[in-house]
Amino acid sequence: MVERYVMSIDQGTMSTRCILFDHQGRLVSVGQREHEQYFARPGWAEHDPAEIWSHLRRVVVPRALDGAGIRPEQITAIGIANQRETTVVWDRRTGVPVGHAITWQDTRTSGYVEELRRTTGDDFFLERCGLSPTTYFSAPRLRWLFDHVEGLRERAERGDVLFGTMESWLIWNLTGGPGGGLHLTDATNASRTMLMNIRSLTWDDELLAYFDVPRAMLPEIRSSAECYGMASALLPNVPICAALGDQQAALFGQTCFATGEAKCTYGTGSFLLVNTGTELVRSRHGLLTTVGYKVGDEPPVYALEGPIAVTGSLVQWFRDRLGMIHSAPEIETLARGVEDNGGCYIVPAFSGLFAPHWRSDARGVIVGLTSYITRGHLARAVLEATGWQTREVVDAMNADSPRPLRQLKVDGGMTSNNLLMQFLADVLDMPVVRPMVSETVSLGAAYAAGLASGYWPDLEGLRRNWHRAAQWMPTMDPARRETEYENWRRAVERSLGWARS
Amino acid sequence: MAGPVQSIERAAAILRLLARGSGRLSLGEVATSLGLAKGTAHGILRTLQSVDFVEQDRATGKYQLGAALLHLGTSYLDINELRSRSINWADALAARSGEAVRLGVPLEGKVLIVHHVFRPDDTFQTLDVGSLLPLHASALGKVLLAYGATPLEPLMETEQESYTRHTLVSPQQLNRALGEVREAGWAAAIQEMMMGEADIAAPIRGQGGLVVGAVGISGAMDRLCDSKGRPQASLVGLTRDAARAISRDLGAARW
Repeated sequence: MVERYVMSIDQGTMSTRCILFDHQGRLVSVGQREHEQYFARPGWAEHDPAEIWSHLRRVVVPRALDGAGIRPEQITAIGIANQRETTVVWDRRTGVPVGHAITWQDTRTSGYVEELRRTTGDDFFLERCGLSPTTYFSAPRLRWLFDHVEGLRERAERGDVLFGTMESWLIWNLTGGPGGGLHLTDATNASRTMLMNIRSLTWDDELLAYFDVPRAMLPEIRSSAECYGMASALLPNVPICAALGDQQAALFGQTCFATGEAKCTYGTGSFLLVNTGTELVRSRHGLLTTVGYKVGDEPPVYALEGPIAVTGSLVQWFRDRLGMIHSAPEIETLARGVEDNGGCYIVPAFSGLFAPHWRSDARGVIVGLTSYITRGHLARAVLEATGWQTREVVDAMNADSPRPLRQLKVDGGMTSNNLLMQFLADVLDMPVVRPMVSETVSLGAAYAAGLASGYWPDLEGLRRNWHRAAQWMPTMDPARRETEYENWRRAVERSLGWARS
Repeated sequence: MAGPVQSIERAAAILRLLARGSGRLSLGEVATSLGLAKGTAHGILRTLQSVDFVEQDRATGKYQLGAALLHLGTSYLDINELRSRSINWADALAARSGEAVRLGVPLEGKVLIVHHVFRPDDTFQTLDVGSLLPLHASALGKVLLAYGATPLEPLMETEQESYTRHTLVSPQQLNRALGEVREAGWAAAIQEMMMGEADIAAPIRGQGGLVVGAVGISGAMDRLCDSKGRPQASLVGLTRDAARAISRDLGAARW
C-alpha cells in the first residue's frame, strides 16, 4: 500500500516552510525558503506577497516532496498556518498585489490607533471583536491603505480588489488565482482583523462601518478545519482542509484541547495561549481574547493570548547588530561562561511592550551596568528577558483564569536552548515541557487538515501522538526568584514612558 | 604520484599574506601581492570564507583571517549550534525508533552529552545533557574514536576501565572494534557499560566530511537487538539516516 501524508504549509514572518507528516505525526520532510524583509521607513515592515507565493510554488513545496521522494497524489490534505494580521490586498482579475503586504510588526498606524482609542475608547472594540486597538491588528492597516492609495476604496467597493491575511492570499492562489480562486479565511485569522464579531464569527457591520471597509473585498469566514476545496496547478486535486493563525496552530499542534491547557511558542516574539473552552473569557489583566480553533460545525473554542513582541529577535539583535555572537545558539555558550547576570537586566521594549503592559511609549533599556559586566552577563540578561516576560504573562493568565497553570508546554526555535528552558522553569516555578515535535505550528496545521479529511479520526487520536521529548524542573531558591523578579519589575518601570510622540 | 595542487598552494599563500599584514586587505591587494588574476584570488578567498578561515568585513569588503583559524584543532562547531541544528532529526529518530536519543561530542577523553531526547513513552525521565560517558564503552564514543574526532593514543597505552564482562578493555580489542566501525559506518555497544543495555550510534559530519559528533539511540538490549544479540538492522538504518540528515544540515554535502 502506498504511504500517505499530510502537508503543512507554514507561511511565517521570516520564511515559508512546507513539512510533510506521517500518520504518527512524525516529521518526514522539510522544504524552506526565507523571503525578503522590507523596512522602507522607521517602523515599517513589509513583505512581497508575490515573492512568497513564488517561493512556495517553485522551491518550498517541490523541496519537501523531492526530499522524501513523495508524489503529490500521496498527499491526503493540505493545512496552512500563517503569520497573523499581515495585510494583503490584491487585484481580483490579475492576481497582482496592491503594493507590499504590511506585516504585523509594522507600526505606521500608531497615530491613527492612538486617535481612535482616544475618541472612541477601547470598550466599543472589546465588546465586538475582543481586542483593544493596537497597531498589531489588520483593520487599521486596511484603513491606512485606503487613505494612502489613490482610488483603492472605490476599487474595493466594486469588488475589484480583495483583502486577506496570508492564508487567504495563498489559498486563493493555490485554488486557481484569477481563474476561480477561492477567497476565504478561517475564524482564528479573522479574529485578528478587528473586523469580526468574536461571538457570531461573522463580519461585524458596525466595525466595517467604523473602519469604512467594504464587505465586497472581504473573504468568507470558514472553520479552521474543514475541506475548502481542491488545489489546482501546484498540487492538483489535493484538498485544502485547514487554515489557522500560526499561534493557534501551535495550540492545536500541542494538543491543548482541554480548558486550562496552555502553550508558549518561542520565535521572533513569543506567544502564550491558554484554551478557555467554548466560553469567551474577557481579560482584566492585559491579555487578548481570541478564537483558538473551530473544527467543522462544532462550536468555536476560545483562547486567552499573551503576545510578547521581542524574545528571539533580541537574540538576533545581539548577533546581527551588536555582533557579540556568530549564530543564535552560540548565545548559550557565551551565557554559560558566567555564573549569573552580574546585576544586569535588559528590557527589550524595541517598539513598546505588548502583553501584559501594552505600553507603546516604552523603549528598550539595559540597567545595572557596572565595569564588572562582560559580554557573558549581557548574554544572560538577553536570555533572562525572555524568561521574565513569560513570567509576567503567566501571572496575568493566572489572575484571569480560575485554574492556575500547573505546567507550561513550550515549542519553537528557542526551546533548543537548555539554559533558557531551565531558567524558564526556575522563574515560573513549574515544569516546562517540550514535545517530541518542536515544529508545532506546522504540526497543528497538519493535524487540523488531517482531522477534516479523515486521515486522523478524532482529537483523542491526535493527543496520543503527543510525547514528551524533554522536561525541565524548577530548582531556583524561592528567595532568589523573588529578588530577581523584583529587579526585573524595577527594570521594566525604567523602560516606560521613554518615547514621546 | 600527483604533484602539488596549485589552488591549495595559492590558498596557503593567501593565508600567510593575511596573517602577515597588520590590517585587512582588499581583493585587489591580495591579487597584486601574489600576482594572481582577480578572478582566481576571488574564487580562493570565497572558498576560504566558506570554511571560516577568512572573514570579509561587511562595510569595506576587505578580507582578514577568520576566527576558525584560531581554533584549529579544537572543536570548531559550537555545541549549542549542533543541538539546534539536530533537534528536528533527533526528535524524528526518537519518534521512529521508540528509544531515547543522545548526541555526543568529545571532551577531554570522554563523550559529552550535548542533546538528549526522551524515550517517547511519557515515563518519568531526566535530562542527561552535560553528563559524560566513557569513550571505549559507548557506541557514541566508539564513533568519535573511529573517525578521529578525539585522539585514540591515550586509550592504546593501558587497559581501560571494565564496567561489565563485555567491556572492551584491551587496546587490541578496541582497535579491532574501531576498524569494524569504520568498515560498517556505525557503532554499537552491547552490554559494554551496563548489563541488559545497548546503544547504537553513527557519525555526524560537518563541512568537508570531518566528524564533529555522534548521534545514537540507547535502551534495553532486548528491544535494540535481535534474538542473536545483534543490533536490529531497522534501528541501525534509522540511526544512520538521522546522522546523515544532520550532516547534510551542517553542510557535509556528500553524506
